[in-house]
Amino acid sequence: MASIEVNGKTYETDEEGYLVNLADWNAEVANYIAQTEKINMTDQHWEVVNYLREYFEEYQIAPAVRVLTKAIGKKFGAEKGNSEYLYGLFPYGPGKQACKIAGLPKPTGCI
Amino acid sequence: MSEITAPAYRIIPIIPALKPGAMESARSFVANDKIQETIGFPGQLVDNWHDRAIVKMGELLGKYRSLKVYMDACVHCGACSDKCHYFIGTQDPKNMPVARQDLMRSVYRRYFTLPGKLFPKLVGARDLTREVLDEWYTYFYQCSECRRCSVFCPYGIDTAEVTMAAREILDSVGYGQKYSNEIIGKVHKIGNNLGLPGPALLDTLQGLEEDVKEASGFDVRFPIDVKGAEVLLITPSADFFAEPHIDSLIGYAKVFHATGTSWTLSSKASEGGNFGLFIGNYEHMRKIALRIREAALELGVKRIVVGECGHAWRVAYSFWNTLTGVGEGADENDRFAMMLQKQLDHRYKQPVHICEFTWDMIEKGALSFDKEANDKHIITFHDSCNVARGSRMGEFAGGQFEIPRDIIKAVANNFVEMSLATTREQTFCCGGGGGLLTDDLLDLRVKGALPRMEVLQQVVDEHGVNFMATICAICKAQFTKIMPIYGFDRRMVGGVHQLVSNAIRLGAK
Repeated sequence: MASIEVNGKTYETDEEGYLVNLADWNAEVANYIAQTEKINMTDQHWEVVNYLREYFEEYQIAPAVRVLTKAIGKKFGAEKGNSEYLYGLFPYGPGKQACKIAGLPKPTGCI
Repeated sequence: MSEITAPAYRIIPIIPALKPGAMESARSFVANDKIQETIGFPGQLVDNWHDRAIVKMGELLGKYRSLKVYMDACVHCGACSDKCHYFIGTQDPKNMPVARQDLMRSVYRRYFTLPGKLFPKLVGARDLTREVLDEWYTYFYQCSECRRCSVFCPYGIDTAEVTMAAREILDSVGYGQKYSNEIIGKVHKIGNNLGLPGPALLDTLQGLEEDVKEASGFDVRFPIDVKGAEVLLITPSADFFAEPHIDSLIGYAKVFHATGTSWTLSSKASEGGNFGLFIGNYEHMRKIALRIREAALELGVKRIVVGECGHAWRVAYSFWNTLTGVGEGADENDRFAMMLQKQLDHRYKQPVHICEFTWDMIEKGALSFDKEANDKHIITFHDSCNVARGSRMGEFAGGQFEIPRDIIKAVANNFVEMSLATTREQTFCCGGGGGLLTDDLLDLRVKGALPRMEVLQQVVDEHGVNFMATICAICKAQFTKIMPIYGFDRRMVGGVHQLVSNAIRLGAK
């Protein structure tokens, strides 16, 4: 099993660097994973990551891209409620890359 | 991860120069013991893998007469060799369909033919060593089972079936693929490939009702688990989740709305896809398909309609009848299959593809369109492999090619064909089918898309094409991901029912 080390503590990940245990997640781990994805976490990134975690807590899955864009638009301003904005923040795709930073499991399937 | 780049377009599309071993390190992640055991396969490579693999191979050769014919019939004429998109894109000779099959054929000769048993070297027979097994894993997970090579084989060898058999043998000795097998576990447990639980699905559908109301002014419903509905829609779960997939889901709902059809989705059968096909495992394929039968019986529906998913339609069209009793030919001793046979309305085709449903309604005059709504698009159509070569639509040969195109022409003004050598039955795979739509194979996926991207570029240059429609969730996800690497906008890809959705009149008629 793969792992990452942040501030002297070891966290188990899968082959692709997704956290294995959801409970392991914290801001430092998120920052660390973001760095490995070449993303510099700004307030805008955190808005998305925090929303993903909230949604996951309720539904046990990441939100659909459309649900995510709508929610971000409603919460943080209409100019942020589109997938271009989200791709701007997470170039590898908001679904997978933002989930990884948020410590959520990778969405699978034909997506 | 090193930067993945697109290969250069070929100036003259001829057989590329060989690069032996070019893709030998492109191996998708192996499933861990948890994933394997969840779906009943050994967790790790078993100690006596060699003997068990040979026994399994013998079992498959006995069970599937076709496999034995395919092992024996090949004369190495080479007609298939340059027909595979992965060979064209990677130049690895083991991605020539004939060479890929020979990874298994050489082992078959050694253990199942007399000359191979006696004089292995003379007939190209090989022992099944660990190296050979690893080679199987590597290269049988570089085949998307698209069957383009089979179209050109003078003996009609279905190379996809060879790949499926190899994967089945690998799984049986504890050597499975993470991507496919994790997904199969999720369908059995939660009901769909994504692992989307009922409440999340409900929340998403409610959100869609609001969105469509806001955009169109009409109360288009996205019903779920409605008993007594006429139609049960079975669609890939990506339609609930991903872009551009969800726009086609909106299209289906609008078609049902505009035609006054009562319909429902099912939280139990919230997946059209069936990865059991990809790994060649009949039991999993059946178990996945049975969720649909259970849902249909519980909800008491009269018709089953399948959404835009390539291999879902292949499984539905070609296998659902004997697997579940949807369509003609169910096992007479299968009580539930017989119940379903009685329940379904046989004045209609069972199952029916959403494109057949929509086209039928268009022909009857039950739908009307503002075609100008699609005028910003110059559209081409990418035939999805499993629809093109594994199924049919309508009442005439080639209906699976004509009907989606007819729909596009009915809802839009600008339609252009790509090169005929790459469409219809000769269509190229998107590069992500058959269980390869995973990030760990992205390099292969990008390379495998080369021949499709070459001809897309042609129609972009010559006709200004800016939209490629397709009717498969895998194609949509694959193109959205890899097209930016070729310099195209990811929003150039979408579904046929996305175009329907843009143009359909909800109030009139």
